[in-house]
Amino acid sequence: MFHVLVALADEDRHGYAIIQDVAERTGGQIRLSAGTLYRTIQRMLEEGLIVEPRERPAPEDDDERRRYYRITALGTSLAKAEARRLAELVKMARARGIAPERA
Amino acid sequence: MRSYRLLLHLYPASFRHEYGEEMAAILARRLADASNPVARAIVGIAAAVETIGNAALVHLDLLRQDLRYIVRTLRRSPGFAAMAVAIVALGIGATTAAFSVTDFVLIRPLPYREPERLVQLWETTPGYSGMELSAPNFRDWIAASRSFESAGVSHSEALTIVTGGEPHRFQGAAISAGVLPTLGVTPLLGRAFTEADDTAGAAGTVMLGYRLWQTEFGGDPAVIGRRIDGQMDIEADTFTIVGVMPRDFHYPTASADFWVTTRFRPDDYVPLERSNNWLDGIARLRPGVTVDQAHAEAQVIMARLREQYPKENKDTGARVVSMREDLSARSVMLLEALSAAAACVLLIACMNLANLLLARGLERRRELAVRTAIGAGRERVVRQLLTESLVLAGVGGAIGIALAIAAVPLLSQLVPQTLPIAASPSIDGRVIGVALLLTLVTGVAFGMAPILRSGAGRDLAALRDGARAGGGRREHLRSALVLGEIAASVVLLVSAGLLIRALLAIQGTNPGFDVDHVLTMRVELPIPEYAPVPMRQAFYDRVLQQVRALPGVRAAGFISYLPISRFRGGIWPVKVKGDTEAAGDVRGANNVAALRFVTPGYFAALRIPLLRGRDIDDGDTRQRPFVAVVSESFAKRYWPGEDPIGRHFDFAFEDRTVVGVVGDVKFRGLERQSEPQAYLSAPQVKDNWITGYAPRALAIRVSGAPLGLAPEVRAIVHGAAPKVAITEVQTLADMVDLDTASRSTQVRVLGAFAAIAFVLAAVGIHGLLSFAVSQRTQEIGVRMALGAQPRDVVRMIVAGAIRLGVMGLVLGIALAYVAARSMEALLAGVKPHDFEAFGAAVALTAVMLIVGTLVPTVRALRIDPISAIRCD
Repeated sequence: MFHVLVALADEDRHGYAIIQDVAERTGGQIRLSAGTLYRTIQRMLEEGLIVEPRERPAPEDDDERRRYYRITALGTSLAKAEARRLAELVKMARARGIAPERA
Repeated sequence: MRSYRLLLHLYPASFRHEYGEEMAAILARRLADASNPVARAIVGIAAAVETIGNAALVHLDLLRQDLRYIVRTLRRSPGFAAMAVAIVALGIGATTAAFSVTDFVLIRPLPYREPERLVQLWETTPGYSGMELSAPNFRDWIAASRSFESAGVSHSEALTIVTGGEPHRFQGAAISAGVLPTLGVTPLLGRAFTEADDTAGAAGTVMLGYRLWQTEFGGDPAVIGRRIDGQMDIEADTFTIVGVMPRDFHYPTASADFWVTTRFRPDDYVPLERSNNWLDGIARLRPGVTVDQAHAEAQVIMARLREQYPKENKDTGARVVSMREDLSARSVMLLEALSAAAACVLLIACMNLANLLLARGLERRRELAVRTAIGAGRERVVRQLLTESLVLAGVGGAIGIALAIAAVPLLSQLVPQTLPIAASPSIDGRVIGVALLLTLVTGVAFGMAPILRSGAGRDLAALRDGARAGGGRREHLRSALVLGEIAASVVLLVSAGLLIRALLAIQGTNPGFDVDHVLTMRVELPIPEYAPVPMRQAFYDRVLQQVRALPGVRAAGFISYLPISRFRGGIWPVKVKGDTEAAGDVRGANNVAALRFVTPGYFAALRIPLLRGRDIDDGDTRQRPFVAVVSESFAKRYWPGEDPIGRHFDFAFEDRTVVGVVGDVKFRGLERQSEPQAYLSAPQVKDNWITGYAPRALAIRVSGAPLGLAPEVRAIVHGAAPKVAITEVQTLADMVDLDTASRSTQVRVLGAFAAIAFVLAAVGIHGLLSFAVSQRTQEIGVRMALGAQPRDVVRMIVAGAIRLGVMGLVLGIALAYVAARSMEALLAGVKPHDFEAFGAAVALTAVMLIVGTLVPTVRALRIDPISAIRCD
């Protein structure tokens, strides 16, 4: 769910674009399957973390058959909170020397 | 690609519609990106695998979502939820309880090896198809037969043993060595009886029942080989414990705690014994032999035995019947009635539930239409409604099963005592499985009703302002359901009413004695110690003298067996000189009498009326002429229209003179025909003869509460004979009540079912009318505004109810009559068209209609025309 939020953080994307974005950012380690993706999307839609915007993206990027998703304010704050939580965890781990120093 | 689209059908339709295309497109992209066929195959397989896993998860998501929604909506209408759950609980509870008994008695295989090959053996005489066997006839039958692999006989036996310093008496059976191998049961500990154990003169051996082993021997495995001194009905012996039987072994009845061997002696096989029918016979068919073949063979064998012993075996036949089927027709009919009643209750419950859900469906029609309109697919709505009815049915079913488990002890009274199975049914996996299945069917079938009724196309109409829900066909279906409920509850009310009438008729039967204020007990005088008559006489004299001296005692006396007690037989042939009817007929039914020895005071203790002559008195000793007091029917049978006093007859090995006539007693039970009775003076019998008839039952008439006197009487008996076991201490009234206990239970169970049906039907009527009123609020308001009087409104509401009620009554009465005809044998002479039962059912139905109609009518009258018109 976090990966989907991150994928949508900068721009609206359609399903396949989200899969590609996640795969790129994780260096191919996480390859979402279609079922997992849409099950996650359905739950996020219900919980109001993302929406399906009415307006389409700029025509040159638009793919008629695709459905695009956009992160909501709630989704953004959830993503931020999660990022903060992860950062805290890493900081704690680093303090004990079990995580790499910031590059 | 096409197979992927097929796989997508594993997802819920709503999910598929939403995302199916996208997912297919993604797969297409991936396939296109894959460089070679192998990579493409891997992509395809991975997609298939993840689809299956994710589809299940999506279903779970939906379920969770639906459950949340259902809990929320049900919380908003707790009345509806509670009602639906209660209805299902009652329906499932009644059905499960009834099924647990029926399954236990009629369906479940008997707990023996290949039980379908086990048969019961009977002798027959004209008019009696199930008579016990005589020892010589059984021996000859089995010797001549080729149908049986093995066979055995048994008879009930009682054993008094001293444990913990006190004599205790136990019920059990004497079984021949063939019984256990025939049943195919092996002991839990030790060994079974051998032929050597079961021969005349063999040392005593005993096998313990599991219960007795636990309670009296502490479950000690070292009990095998121990010797115990025991006193049986008419002989004492030392018994070596050779085995312990498993916990679930019950033979011949659930009350058997021990088994000894029969040890027949040569004199058990003399020709005269052929008319002494006292043994229960069982056999195991050889593989491939049918019950019919064995039965046919038995006819041939018995014909030969009739030729060989024309006098003793006159009119004697033989019957072979499968052990499972060897239940009285009454037991089968009772269980069928019970099952039918339970099915009726379940049916009513289901109709009610359907009605409830239909009404709710109509009420929620707009809500559902809105949800459909904003994009919830019809499939989602259906799915949600179904989940809701399954949740309601599930909760109700669970409560119902719990109710059934709680009801089982009550129902154990309905288990026939003559079967070799445990006395109380157990709720096992099968029963619970059936209950769950019923719950599921109830939930699905009756949850579907409102769904089928809400056609997809018409949902939009519900959105239109002011659209009136529930006209036309829908109302007809709901009315038909209520009609069915009324009819079914009438059937149950009539059936319960008939059984109550039958019970009252039986309980109202005069047993021939006064049951109140009598304390009874059995004093198990040990034989041979008390075989000499003077020994017993001294005991009776001392006990009776002391008991009569107790304050509050009005009369006391001993008898061989009290009427309507455990032992109800003891029928002996009567010979009267010059009576041509009896000549040459050893076992004719019309020249026998029940033999009882009594002490003076017995008739007074039971208040059996002395009609002529005198009671047995202390002067009727062995030195005096042997006398008898006979019952009225006895006197009428042999000396019709004449004075019986002073007449002679030959009975129990002696010539007897009639000195008195007493009223007839129904010693065989309130529902059965009893033979004429002859009472003999206790000491007028030879020493050691027929000691089984030595008076051992003590009856004491008191002025106060009978049981309060029991400790004093016990002390007196033990003072006269310290080693004697005292059993069956109870009031005469309790003993007679026991006779109708099974019937009382039937009445209670059927009455409970009828009451449930009654309430459910009333709820059904109420629900139907309430709903109609709330749907027609506006119409009623308009009518009232236009000048309709309250009575017009009442007529409008009540007319429908009356129409339904009358139709339901007519249908119900017709069905009830059919039901009553089919259970006529259970009715103890009450006619299936009994006016009181039908009248009461009609009256109750009227009450049900009035109660069900009242609240909705009042509500209709309270409608304020102005706000009703405005309300939309």
